[in-house]
Formats: sequence, C-alpha cells, structure tokens
Amino acid sequence: MPTFVNPTACNACAGEHQGPLCVYICPNDLMALDLESNKGFNQEPQLCSECYACVKLCPQEAIHVRGYSDFIPLGASVQPRRVENGLTWTVTFRNGKVLEFTYPSRSTPVGSSEPYKDFTEDPAGDLKGQGLAGESHWLGVDKLPSLAASN
Amino acid sequence: MALPVTETVECDILIIGGGMSGCGAAFESKFWGSDLKVVIAEKAVIERSGATGEGLSAINCYMGQRYGWNTPEDFVQYVVNDMMGLAREDLVYDVGRHVDSSVHLLEEWGLPIWKKEDGTYERIGRWQIPIHGESIKPVTAEPARKAVGQENIYERVSVTHLLTDANDPERIAGAVGFGVRENKLYLFKAKAVIITTGGASNVFRPRSVNEGIGRTWYSVFATGSAYGLMIPVGTEMTQMEHRFVPTRFKDGYGPVGMWFQYFHARVTNALGEDYTVTRDDELDKYPPYGRAVPTPTPLRNHQMFLDIRDGKGPMYMRTEEAMQKLAGGDPAKMDQVRQEAWEDFLDMTIAQALTWASQNIEPEVTPSEVNLAEPYIMGSHSGEAGAWVSGPEDLAPPEYFWGYNKMTTIRGLFAAGDGVGAAPHKFSSGSFTEGRLAAKAAVNFLRDNPAAPSVSDAQVRQLHESIWAPLETFDRHQGASTTEGINPNYITAAQALVRLQKIMDEYAGGTSAWYTTNGPTLERGIRLIEMLREDLKQLGARNRHELLRCWEVVHRTWVGEAHMRHLLHRQETRWPGYYYRADYPDLDDANWRVFVNSRYDAANDQWSLMTRPYINLVK
Ligand SMILES: Cc1cc2nc3c(=O)[nH]c(=O)nc-3n(C[C@H](O)[C@H](O)[C@H](O)COP(=O)(O)OP(=O)(O)OC[C@H]3O[C@@H](n4cnc5c(N)ncnc54)[C@H](O)[C@@H]3O)c2cc1C
Ligand code: SF4
Ligand code: SF4
Repeated sequence: MPTFVNPTACNACAGEHQGPLCVYICPNDLMALDLESNKGFNQEPQLCSECYACVKLCPQEAIHVRGYSDFIPLGASVQPRRVENGLTWTVTFRNGKVLEFTYPSRSTPVGSSEPYKDFTEDPAGDLKGQGLAGESHWLGVDKLPSLAASN
Repeated sequence: MALPVTETVECDILIIGGGMSGCGAAFESKFWGSDLKVVIAEKAVIERSGATGEGLSAINCYMGQRYGWNTPEDFVQYVVNDMMGLAREDLVYDVGRHVDSSVHLLEEWGLPIWKKEDGTYERIGRWQIPIHGESIKPVTAEPARKAVGQENIYERVSVTHLLTDANDPERIAGAVGFGVRENKLYLFKAKAVIITTGGASNVFRPRSVNEGIGRTWYSVFATGSAYGLMIPVGTEMTQMEHRFVPTRFKDGYGPVGMWFQYFHARVTNALGEDYTVTRDDELDKYPPYGRAVPTPTPLRNHQMFLDIRDGKGPMYMRTEEAMQKLAGGDPAKMDQVRQEAWEDFLDMTIAQALTWASQNIEPEVTPSEVNLAEPYIMGSHSGEAGAWVSGPEDLAPPEYFWGYNKMTTIRGLFAAGDGVGAAPHKFSSGSFTEGRLAAKAAVNFLRDNPAAPSVSDAQVRQLHESIWAPLETFDRHQGASTTEGINPNYITAAQALVRLQKIMDEYAGGTSAWYTTNGPTLERGIRLIEMLREDLKQLGARNRHELLRCWEVVHRTWVGEAHMRHLLHRQETRWPGYYYRADYPDLDDANWRVFVNSRYDAANDQWSLMTRPYINLVK
C-alpha cells in the first residue's frame, strides 16, 4: 500500500547527517526528495511493498500509508511508533475502532553484536572440515551430524 | 557513447546481494579468510533490504537438535515429500544439520525468540519457531557489516551482469553494475563470486494490476536477479519449472501458517465444507506423496483449487472459530490470542493488518477470505528453482559433486538462498546458513586457486554500454512523439513488465488461465517471450531510477523464459495445485522423478535442456 508524506510534518530530515532518512532506507528506491518543495515523496507508489521501513525511520512521523486503491476501502490506518527496543502500533479501523499493540523488536542494543566472540575454530586447521564458524559452541549438539555416521 | 566514470573494485570474494544469505556469506567468509578482501554489492541498504526487510514473525527452518525435536534426516524426508519427490537430499541435509547454529547466533545478536516457561523455544509447527521478528534484518546485517567493514560495502549499486574470464567462459571473473544514486558504472573484479540476489516476484501477472501491482506475496524487491545474472553466462540451472502458489489471506497476502499450525484454524467454503475432508479421496491419485503426512503443500492447494473451480467459494479462514476455541471464554486468554494474531501480521505483512482494519474485520468475530495467489519462482521458501550446485564433500554422490560446496557449474561462482535450486524450505535461517556454507567453500576455493582471472576490457566496455543504453535510447528518441510514453522506438520498463506478466499469465498457467497450460501453448509463449527479450534492447529510461527498473525487468524476463522452457520439457503434472499440464495431467514417477536442468549458450543464443538423476540418500 503506497506511502504518502504529510507535507506539514516533513522537514526534509534537517540535521540528519545521512540526509532524508526515507530516501536512505527505502529498499525499492521509491522515496525521493522533491527539490522544489523540499519534501519527501513516493515516486512510484505502485511498487511500494508497504514494508514500512521508511515509516518506522521517519523522525517526524510524517509518512503514512493509504491502502491500495485496488482493494482497500478508505478510512483505516496502521501507524507504528518506535519505543525502546520495540514498536507500538496504532491500528485504526474504518469504523473508528482503535487497537494498540506493543511488541519487542530486539533484545540487545543496536551496535552491540560481536562477531566471532568466543569462537574456538582454527581458521586454517579447520578450513577443510564441515563445521561452520562457532559451531563447536553454537550448534547445540556435540557433533555435527553426517549421513555416513547415520547410515 | 559518452559513459559516466567507472569505479573499479578488486577483491577476493564478491558477494552480490546483502539479504539473508548475503549477510551469512559476509559473516562466515571473514572468519575463515580474515586476510581476504570481501566486498558486498547491494542495490539497497542491507539493514532493510531483501525479503526479510519488512520483518518476520517466525523462523521457519529450525531443527531443535539440542532438544531432540528433529534430525536432519527427518527434515530431508519432510522436504522431499512436500516437493512431491524431488529435492537434492545432500543440499537439504546440509542446511538441516547446520541451521540451528545460525538461529542460536541470531538470538545472541538480538533476535527475540518466544520462550516457554522452562526457557526452551516455543514452537508453531514441527520446524517453525515464533519470533518477535520486526528487526530480524537489522539484527542480521549488523555483524555482517562489522565483519567485512563499512569500506567494503557498496550499497545502492545494482549489479546487472556477471563477468567470466576472458580466456575461460566457465571461470567467473567478477560483475558489472551501476550506481543507482550516482552517475557511476562499476567493475568488480573478483576471484570468487557468491550470488545471493534473491527470488522472483512479479514475473506472473499479479491479481491486482493497477496501484496494487506491488502488492505481491514474495517481496516486490525480489526481481529474479539471482537467475537473471546466472543464466546469461551459461550457469546450469535446475527445477526452473517449479513454482510456488501461496494460499494467503486475500489481497493483503497475510501468512496462513500460524493460523493452520498454531491456532489450528480451518478453511471452509461457502457451504461450510472443509476441503481437506470432502476432497480427501483426491490424495489417492498421487501416490506415494498424497498420503504422506503432512499433505504436500501443492496437494492442499489442489484440493482448495477444486472447490474454487467448482464455484464453492469464497473460501474462509475460520479465525473466529479458532480464536474462540483457544480462549475458551476467558477474556484474558482472548486478549493474548488477539495480541498474537495481530503480531503475526505487524511483524511481517503489515498490509494484512491494514486490510483487516479497512474492512472492519475483527478476527475473533469475523472470518477472513483466503485465496490462491499468482505463481512465484524462487528457491528458498516453498520453491526450488535455482542453480545446480555441487554438494558437500561428505554427503554428495559423484553425480552431485565437483569440488566445492554450493559452487555452480561456473568455476568460482557460488550461490546461496533463493539462488540454489532443488534445496527448498530453507527460509530465512536456512538461507543465512547456506550463505555461510557457500562462503566457507569459497575461501577453500581461493586457497586452492589464488590466481586472479583475466578480465577483457573490451567485454567490460560492451557491457557498460549496454547498461547505459536505455538512458541513451530515451534521450535519442524522445522527440519522435508528443506523448512521452508512446513512442515507436522504445518501451519503458513498466510497459515491458506488463508484457512479461501477460505472457506468463496467459501462456504459462497463471491465475487467469487457472494455472493450466500445455505444450503448444508454452511453445507459443516462448516465441512471444523471445520477441520480448529482443525488444528489451530498446528499453528507454528517463533517469537512473528507471534504469534500475529496466535491469530488473531484464532479469525477470530471463526467469520467465527459463520457467516456460522447463515447463515444456517436463512432460507430466508433478505439482497439481501449482500448475497443470493439460496434455500430461498425471504425475509420472516412472519417467519424471528426475531434475530438469537447462543451460543457455550465449554464443549461439540456444538453450539446452536435460535431466539429472534424483538420488535417494536418506533411507
Ligand atoms: C512475505 C514473506 C514471508 C516470509 N516469511 C518467512 C518466515 O516467516 N520465516 C522465515 O524463516 N522465512 C520467511 N520468508 C523467507 C525468507 O525471507 C527468504 O527465504 C530469505 O530472505 C531468502 O534469502 P536470500 O538471501 O536468498 O534473499 P533476500 O533476503 O531477499 O536477499 C536478496 C538481496 O539481494 C539484493 N539484490 C537483489 N538484486 C540485486 C542486484 N541486481 N544487485 C544488487 N543487489 C541485489 C536485494 O536487495 C536483497 O538484499 C518469507 C519471505 C517473504 C517474502
Ligand atoms: S524521513 Fe520523514 S522527515 Fe525525513 S524527508 Fe522523509 S518524510 Fe521528510
Ligand atoms: S513502505 Fe517500504 S517500499 Fe514503500 S516507500 Fe516505504 S520503504 Fe519504500
């Protein structure tokens, strides 16, 4: 369902070092900045997958979704708001009923992952074997199964 | 022709695509080859790119070996049955035995997995575990980004063609592409390449054709690039005739797995009948798969299809029945079930939540329509189209082995995720795992083959000219018509896409043809798609955004053509419910329990099709 931008809320991400964040994140190269009005807009709404990546990232909560005209009756909305390590969703029905849900998104702070922490494999000695990096710890069983062993 | 500047990037391993399998490949390659230069080329930004960018509500491939839930052998048996007898057991086993380690790592990096009170994972079905997966992609991308280093990630670069060695067309040498956001051409020279560019949506005409053309089930970002890159250089492909027709909530494409497996909901027709009961006899027509437990997905589709064809629709998922039963009159329990029901969509297919809200559907009160969607071609979910790759050293029989795990028939070219054929049901976790396996094998390949391939400047120049041609074509011809979109000298990417989808829909058994085709219809479709492929040389693009769309439709067209040629070759109906060959309506195990493979020869513009044996490994 195509996104649309509320022109009064969009400030073109003034102050963001990456520039307009919707333009930065859209996986399908849809969000663009209109140079005349200096506002974000969806340049190809029929290829919007309503993935909400731009909606979740917009610092001004300026991006909304209007359901596809092909099959979505007017009047409803689904809008997320970032809370710590999660999202709160406000679901508004066509008839005005409102539901609110909060779900966690991640259990660790952004940026805290440590690749290869405590991995014990030897990158040279174990290269020819079947084990993947870290599997001696992370596989959860003592031995990597093989068909030869199971037959 | 005046071309923009070329940026040349030399590396040891080039990973094309930074989705689930690309991130797995990036992470793994730098562990085994910390001295190697590993580069990711990605058309978007890896934190939200690919089929999991929107989020997921479940990990669909998990063995639970540590809990004693399943063995990789169990997994092979399940997958082979679901695919009605055809999957590469070595490849499926390989994913199965490793996948748990990937899931545990994703959890360590921050993916919240639902837990029971005793701390073990909650389960949805035999292989599925529920997650709070809205951020699965940023959680996966972070360690990949750290592993290869920011300076080695080329984002907003659309890769258009692979490059083979100037002296050896069966040895990979790199890839070319262009900057989507800057006026730049790219030349990647690499000793090994890992293709992880995802599956193909929008090859068939979708059920919605106006604004809703982007409301596909598989991600609209999945443009068939894995196939569109590999086929033109002569990579042997397998099972390109296979497709997946998802049963999904109508129009919003919300997933049904949680409803069937976790909430135990039924689907009933307008008469209140359950097709799995009334059409039970139908399963006897497809031995031995029909009586396998669980019923193979295509056959469940087939049963529902018969109801729809006989005019017994609409089909309804009885959400109200299931939720009331689960809650048992307890309002607190109902609250929890409602939370879970909405999360299933809000974590993954947000459009479905909006579809419900827009139609005032409260699932505990009102049932929801489900429908059979248009076909999709991919290799990681319930589809098995992709490259024919070597199996692992300790599992693969000689017919399936040529040196390095996940290496295609082009030396040094590896594939993973949607790009690998005959190895379905990997999903997010298995694709990530397969990327890791391909990367480790690529490091091995590099240790054995350290020499850099040679790249022909003339070939690169020619490819770069063809990349840029749509911009030139538009510029040169736009004055020939007062209506920009109607010009005898070019077609736009959007127009070409509609033409591809119409051909596929009508000739290759799309929704309007009731998934049915036959030999002569396919032959006619192939003639038309050959002309489309010629016309794609006259694509016109106003700007780089449209240039991106041009190369996407080129890749999708390769997928469509391969799909039709494979359909034509397989003279049986192997997967009723996905498609029907009216001239060969039966499943024919005696002659066709084999893989259908193909190879395109660019020098002569010829396809060859052949079969490869199915070998049973897990007894
Ligand atoms: C609607 C939906 C629901 C799903 N539900 C689940 C689920 O519940 N559980 C589960 O485990 N799995 C689920 N999956 C499956 C899972 O998402 C896929 O199996 C997995 O993402 C495949 O990984 P991949 O690396 O092959 O492709 P992707 O993850 O799609 O990655 C492909 C990458 O390649 C990039 N790319 C493509 N073309 C080019 C190009 N030409 N140049 C440069 N880069 C390019 C893309 O931008 C993307 O980053 C679901 C998928 C969909 C679409
Ligand atoms: S992210 Fe929001 S504020 Fe920034 S440019 Fe886009 S719409 Fe405007
Ligand atoms: S919802 Fe997704 S596809 Fe649509 S504009 Fe936003 S980021 Fe792009």
